[in-house]
Amino acid sequence: MPVVDGVELPETPLLDELEKGPWPSFVKEIKRAAIEQEKAMKAGKKIKLPGSAKGLLKVLELAYKEKRTHWKHGGIVSVIGYGGGVIGRYCDLEDKVPEVWHFHTIRVNMPAGWFYTTKALRALCDAWEKWGSGLTNFHGSTGDIILLGTRTEHLQPMANALAYLDKFYGSPAPFDIGGSGSDLRTPSCCMGPSLCEFACYDTLKACYEFTMRYQNELHRPMWPYKFKIKCAGCPNDCIASKARADFAIIGTWKDEIQIDQEAVREYAKVIDIEEHVVKKCPTKAISWDGKELKIDNKNCIRCMHCINVMPKALKPGKERGATILIGGKAPFVDGAIIGWVAVPFIPENELIEKCCEILEAIWEWWDEEGKFRERVGELIWRKGMDEFLKVIGQKADVRMVYAPRNNPFIFWRELNP
Amino acid sequence: MPELEVKGKKLKLDEDGFLQDWEEWDEEVAEALAKDTRFGPAIELTEEHWKIIKYIREYFLKYGVAPPIRMLVKFCKKEVNPNCDLQYIYKLFPQGPAKDACRIAGLPKPTGCV
Ligand code: HEM
Ligand code: HEM
Ligand code: SF4
Ligand code: SF4
Repeated sequence: MPVVDGVELPETPLLDELEKGPWPSFVKEIKRAAIEQEKAMKAGKKIKLPGSAKGLLKVLELAYKEKRTHWKHGGIVSVIGYGGGVIGRYCDLEDKVPEVWHFHTIRVNMPAGWFYTTKALRALCDAWEKWGSGLTNFHGSTGDIILLGTRTEHLQPMANALAYLDKFYGSPAPFDIGGSGSDLRTPSCCMGPSLCEFACYDTLKACYEFTMRYQNELHRPMWPYKFKIKCAGCPNDCIASKARADFAIIGTWKDEIQIDQEAVREYAKVIDIEEHVVKKCPTKAISWDGKELKIDNKNCIRCMHCINVMPKALKPGKERGATILIGGKAPFVDGAIIGWVAVPFIPENELIEKCCEILEAIWEWWDEEGKFRERVGELIWRKGMDEFLKVIGQKADVRMVYAPRNNPFIFWRELNP
Repeated sequence: MPELEVKGKKLKLDEDGFLQDWEEWDEEVAEALAKDTRFGPAIELTEEHWKIIKYIREYFLKYGVAPPIRMLVKFCKKEVNPNCDLQYIYKLFPQGPAKDACRIAGLPKPTGCV
């Protein structure tokens, strides 16, 4: 048995391969956790699952050796008042590796934009070291903090610890469980105006408002399947909302890109504007004569390229708001879907209220009409966009076209002949 | 795997406290499942609980699956209490319809995808 820091670790020749190379390694991290757990025990800390990180190494090594998983499918666990947010997981090696027979996951609602103080992080880790394996994942794909591995009887105490994390663990604020199953998944947003000059609306505020307003939908699954809301401040869409959210709110502007011509001329000294900006504009909406940059805003599709290249010279316009994209999802019943436009523009000051109105109309329709495991995008495909537009009270608009038809009988006129 | 003793008979449960064999269920089994504290707080079954348990059970026997939550809520509003909503159901079954109501109604564990 290899001994590290005075701690005996199980023999894991296959997993060790995954520690090689310059990149981060989950095996390295699990080993570190195993060492930390043992140290905590030796220091007399009362931890509930000693040896669980070690147990995880054993199960994983065996899975690699036998080329099959030892995690069983499904599991229904819960804490009081919540139908989602804790995910049951059992291992089929109850006798061989009892330390990880139960290995349930808890999703914790992350703060908007993933801003923490180290105090909050320490408190989370202290509570989880006590009630669980100590292993975490910052963050899961939905955005939640993931606490990996505990037993059924420790779920409720850990949920309580989160709810009183300020009182008993010194966190600046308590935490709540996130979403899972057929409920509203924890809403997420990009860091938006807190750090990014491109933000066209307050993504953090929107995310917080949705989270608070829809606590019932978030904690008590009631729908055909999951529903995700993500708030991106501009079309760069750093949180990939268009591919991952049923309801993506992407910041945009209606008027003209703001240009500081002096700053453009500064850029001209260090980059080739013709090559890197003008030619790269997908709709050829930019011209540059060496002194002045002109943008044909009617033909600008808000791709952000020119702004990303010259952030000191170009800014999104002043009339700001957001576009709502509907239907984005990963493959399951139908294949992957990229969200498409449901509402072309909502002004910033009406955004949250309007979104809530639309969300509630969508949920009512989808919950009534949707089949088991049918995401809202798939329901729209089945029922038709015209029916969906009636539900959300929108008129058809050319910007809602999912993809322009690829038709051999029509030849598009050259945009700039 | 855990077991539950009812009328001298040992019934097999799964890790989450669901009956392994849904055909072994009867009302006494339901009472025993509701009192079992290994899988959540004990529940004192009232008339309102029973209406919900029987609805879920009958739906399952007819269609082979648990009713969708939306139908359960509609049923409760009509037959149990006009003020019933999903939160009301969580008051009756604190760990929710899947973990508590379906378990006590003796349904096989709902297959869940998270
Ligand atoms: C009463 C007779 C016909 C009816 C009702 C009819 C109806 C239609 C419809 C509804 C479409 C789809 C249009 C769309 O995608 O937007 C279509 C497309 C088409 N039809 Fe007809 N059609 C008829 C006769 C014909 C005939 C006689 C021909 C050829 C000899 C023909 C060739 C085509 C072709 C090639 C397309 C594809 C056009 C495209 O993709 O843009 N159709 N037709
Ligand atoms: C050598 C002969 C032909 C060629 C090369 C040809 C080629 C094509 C092509 C490239 C398409 C478009 C497919 C797409 O949407 O991606 C098409 C569609 C179509 N063709 Fe032809 N075609 C031929 C003969 C015919 C004939 C003889 C008919 C009818 C009698 C016909 C009826 C249609 C129709 C109705 C469509 C539309 C199908 C749809 O969009 O669902 N084609 N054809
Ligand atoms: S999506 Fe836009 S606003 Fe949000 S962080 Fe990215 S660039 Fe900034
Ligand atoms: S944002 Fe994109 S489409 Fe619009 S002008 Fe800039 S490069 Fe062109």
